[in-house]
Amino acid sequence: MGGESSFAGSSGPPPSVAPVPFEVRRTTSETPDTVTLELRPKGGAAATRFRPGQFNMLYAFGVGEAAISISGDPEEPGGYRHTVRVAGRVSQALAEATPGGVVGVRGPYGTPWPLEEAVDRDVVIVAGGLGLPPLRPLLYELLRQRPRFGRLELIYGARTPKDLVFYDEIQHWRTRNDLRFQTTVDTAGRDWYGDVGLVTARLPDARFEPSKTVAFLCGPEIMMKLTAEALLARGVPPTAIWLSMERNMKCAVGLCGHCQFGPAFVCRDGPVFRYSDVARYLAIREL
Amino acid sequence: MNENDSTATELRLADHRFFRGLDPEFLARLGERSYTRTFDPGALIVREGDPADEFLALFAGKVALEIIVPDRPRTTVQTLGPGDVLGWSWLFPPHRWRVDARAVKPTRAVGLAAGHLRSLLDGRPADGYVFLLRLLPVIAQRLENTRVQLLDLHGR
Amino acid sequence: MTTSNAPSDGSAADGPPVGSCHILERTDFPAFLTALGAAGYQVVGPTVRDGSIVYGEIREESDLPIGWTDRQDAGKYRLERRADAALFGYAVGPHSWKKYLFPAHERLWSATRTDDGFAVVAEPSDPPARAFLGVRACELAAIGIQDRVFAAGGDAGYAARRARTLRIAVQCGQAGGTCFCVSMNTGPAVRGGHDLALTEVLSDGRHWFLVEVGSPAGGEVLRGVPLRPAANADRDRADGVVARTAASMGRRMETDGIRNLLLDNPEHPRWAVVAERCLACANCTLACPTCFCHTTEEVPDLTGDHVERWRRWDSCFNSGFSELHGSPVRKSTESRYRQWMTHKLSTWYDQFDSSGCVGCGRCITWCPVGIDITEEVGAIRATPGARAAPVGKGP
Repeated sequence: MGGESSFAGSSGPPPSVAPVPFEVRRTTSETPDTVTLELRPKGGAAATRFRPGQFNMLYAFGVGEAAISISGDPEEPGGYRHTVRVAGRVSQALAEATPGGVVGVRGPYGTPWPLEEAVDRDVVIVAGGLGLPPLRPLLYELLRQRPRFGRLELIYGARTPKDLVFYDEIQHWRTRNDLRFQTTVDTAGRDWYGDVGLVTARLPDARFEPSKTVAFLCGPEIMMKLTAEALLARGVPPTAIWLSMERNMKCAVGLCGHCQFGPAFVCRDGPVFRYSDVARYLAIREL
Repeated sequence: MNENDSTATELRLADHRFFRGLDPEFLARLGERSYTRTFDPGALIVREGDPADEFLALFAGKVALEIIVPDRPRTTVQTLGPGDVLGWSWLFPPHRWRVDARAVKPTRAVGLAAGHLRSLLDGRPADGYVFLLRLLPVIAQRLENTRVQLLDLHGR
Repeated sequence: MTTSNAPSDGSAADGPPVGSCHILERTDFPAFLTALGAAGYQVVGPTVRDGSIVYGEIREESDLPIGWTDRQDAGKYRLERRADAALFGYAVGPHSWKKYLFPAHERLWSATRTDDGFAVVAEPSDPPARAFLGVRACELAAIGIQDRVFAAGGDAGYAARRARTLRIAVQCGQAGGTCFCVSMNTGPAVRGGHDLALTEVLSDGRHWFLVEVGSPAGGEVLRGVPLRPAANADRDRADGVVARTAASMGRRMETDGIRNLLLDNPEHPRWAVVAERCLACANCTLACPTCFCHTTEEVPDLTGDHVERWRRWDSCFNSGFSELHGSPVRKSTESRYRQWMTHKLSTWYDQFDSSGCVGCGRCITWCPVGIDITEEVGAIRATPGARAAPVGKGP
C-alpha cells in the first residue's frame, strides 16, 4: 500500500443505531442566523465525553440529521453545546428548537484537535465565521492548562460585527492578559472600531516564534488555505499546522462515502487534519 | 489638526516596514519633504475625489478605508494600522484619492509630499524601480485580500 | 466471514469434507436444487429477464439461462442462443450479489413522536437464508471487498445477511467481452471464499459438473445429492476449462503503481476528455459489485408523528452527493468521473488495503456511451504528468 500519510480513524454508532433523545435545556441566540443549543440526555443518562474538535450528528425528528461540531466545554458534565447556523432544512429545524424540546444525538465522532502537540509551544488559533465554535472547546482546554503552553494568539474573522459569535465571551477573553484575541470583519459601519479585512491581515500583529508554534485553523476552506500559506511564509512548519475540514456527511462512520476528500473520510479520518498530510489534496480543484 | 514636525524624520521613515533597508541616501532625499501628521478618532484623513497629494506611512493607530454608496450606510472595507502605507493614486493621473480614509483611533503618520516624490522617482529611476517593487506587492496583496473578501465566504 | 450457516439444527456437518471433489451429472442437477431448498435456503441465481441475465429467485432448473450466452462490449450487451445446453455459459450481467447483501433500499429503524420526544423501534433482523447460485470468481472477490467495507463501518445488517448466505461459485467457462479479472488478480479461477465451487463441463457428448467443497456448510448441503468421487482426469478436465477462460480475456488493465498514478495526476487532460462523453448517469456505480456509497433518508408519514430512517444506494455521480452549504463540491462531470475512478482504483488501497475493482467489466458493458475504464487508465499511463495547457500557448 502506498501513501505517505496514514490517517487515524475514529468511530461511533453507525446510522443503523438511532439517535438518542436529548432535551434542549437552553438556547442562546448568537447572531441573526446562529443559535447555541445546550443539550442534556433525557432521563439522566450519561452523555459520552467528547474531545475538542469532535462533532455529533444532531437529529430533528421528521426532518433529518446534520453534522454539527460540539462547541462547549469538554469538562462541562452531562451534555453538549452546539452552535448551529441555519443553512438548510435540518439546521433550520434545529435552530428553531426551544427549551424543553427534544433533539436526537448520535456521536461523538471525528478526530480531535491535538492539544498535546502544542505543549511548550506558542499557539496560534485562526477562526473564520462559524469556524470559532469547533475551536472553543480547544480554547477552554488551553486556558484550563495554560501554563503548559507558550503565547496564545487568537484571530477571529466574521462577515460583519453582528455576525461575531460568542460576543460577550470574546469581550471577557480580551480582558485576560494570558492570551491575545484579535477580531476582524469583512465590512463594517461607523459603529465598529476594530479591524476590517481578512484574518491573514491580522497575522503580522500576532507575536509567536514560528519554529516553535502550533497553529489550529477552522473556517471556510479558502480562508484556511490562505492562512496556512501565510503561516508557512512566516516559518511555521507544515507539520505544525492543523485544520478542520468539512464535507457532506450522512453516516459519520466512513461508510456512506459522501465525505470523501482524497483518500480520507472526513468523518472518520478527520475533521481535524495535519496540514502536511492534506496540502496536496487542498490544491486540487473540486476534490 | 496637522502638525509640521521635521525633526528626525529620516530615522522614523527607516523604522517603518515599507522603508526599512532602502539606500540611506535615497531615504534621506525621501525625507526631505516629509512631515508628521496626527489624527484624532473620527477625523477624515483623505476624501475620495480630492487631489492625491501625499503618500502616508502609518506608525500608530488605525485608519478605516470607507466606501460611500448612496442608498447604504457608510461601509468600512478595510482597516490599516502601524506598518501599513496609504495611497498610490498620487503616482499616476488623475492623481485623485479613490477612497475615504478616516482615523478610527488616535493615529500618527509620516506624510511625503506627492509632487516631490514623483520628481524624485523620475530623477532616480533605479531607486524609483526599487520603490515601485515595494509598493506593488502592497497593492497586489490588497487586491488579493479584496477578492477573497468579495467571495463573501461567511455569507450564504 | 468465510463460512455460512444453513438454518438447520446446527449439528456438525457430516457431508463431504472441505477440499473434496465430486462429480454431479447434469441429470442430477435438479436433485441439487432440491437439496438446497430442503436445507432451508432460498436459491437466487442467474435468470433471463428483459433481454439480459439478471439475478432472481431460482425455483427450478428451467429458471436458469439454459443454452444462453451473452455478447458484451463497451456499451453493448446482447443475449444469444448457444449451440449447447450449458446452464452457466455466459459471463456476468447487470446485477451483482450486492443487491442481496447490501439492498438498494433498507429500513434502518422507525420512530414515533412521544410527549418525551421520540421513541425508536429497532428493525428486527431476521434475514432469510439464501444460496447464491453461480457466483463467479470476480464476484467472490467483490463480496470479500464489501465484507471489509461494511465491517469497517460496523454494519450489523450486512453481517447478519452475510452470515446466512451460502456461496455456490461457478468457474467461468468463457471470458466475457469486457472481462479483465486476470489483470486484477481475482480470477477466473475460484481461489477461496466459496462454500461450493462448480465447474460445468460439456464434452464428448457428456455434460457434468465438478463440485468442490469449500466449507462445512457447503458439504452439508450435498448430503443426499447423487455424487461420485472425482478422478484426477476429471479434475484436469475442469482445470482446463478455467485455463482456457484465463487465456481469452476481453480486456486488460496494467495495475503496476496505479495507486500513485491516479493520485498524482488529478489535472491530467484525459479527465476532461472522458468527461465530454460521460453522462453522469451512474450506471457504472449501480452495476459495480463493490460500489457501496449510499445515503440516508428521513421518511415521515402524513401525520408527521411516525418516521422511518431508510438507507438507499447513492452515487458519486449525483450532483447532490458532494453538496456542501447548498452547492456541490464536485460541480463538473470531470471532477465526478475523476472521483469515481480514482477511488475505485487508487484511494481504495488507502482505505481498505486492496483495489476496489475486480475486473468484472460491468462498468464498461453498461456505460451507455461505452467508456472503458481500462482504456482510461491506459491513456493516463501513456502520458503521466501531463497537464491541460492554456489555450493558445506555444511557439
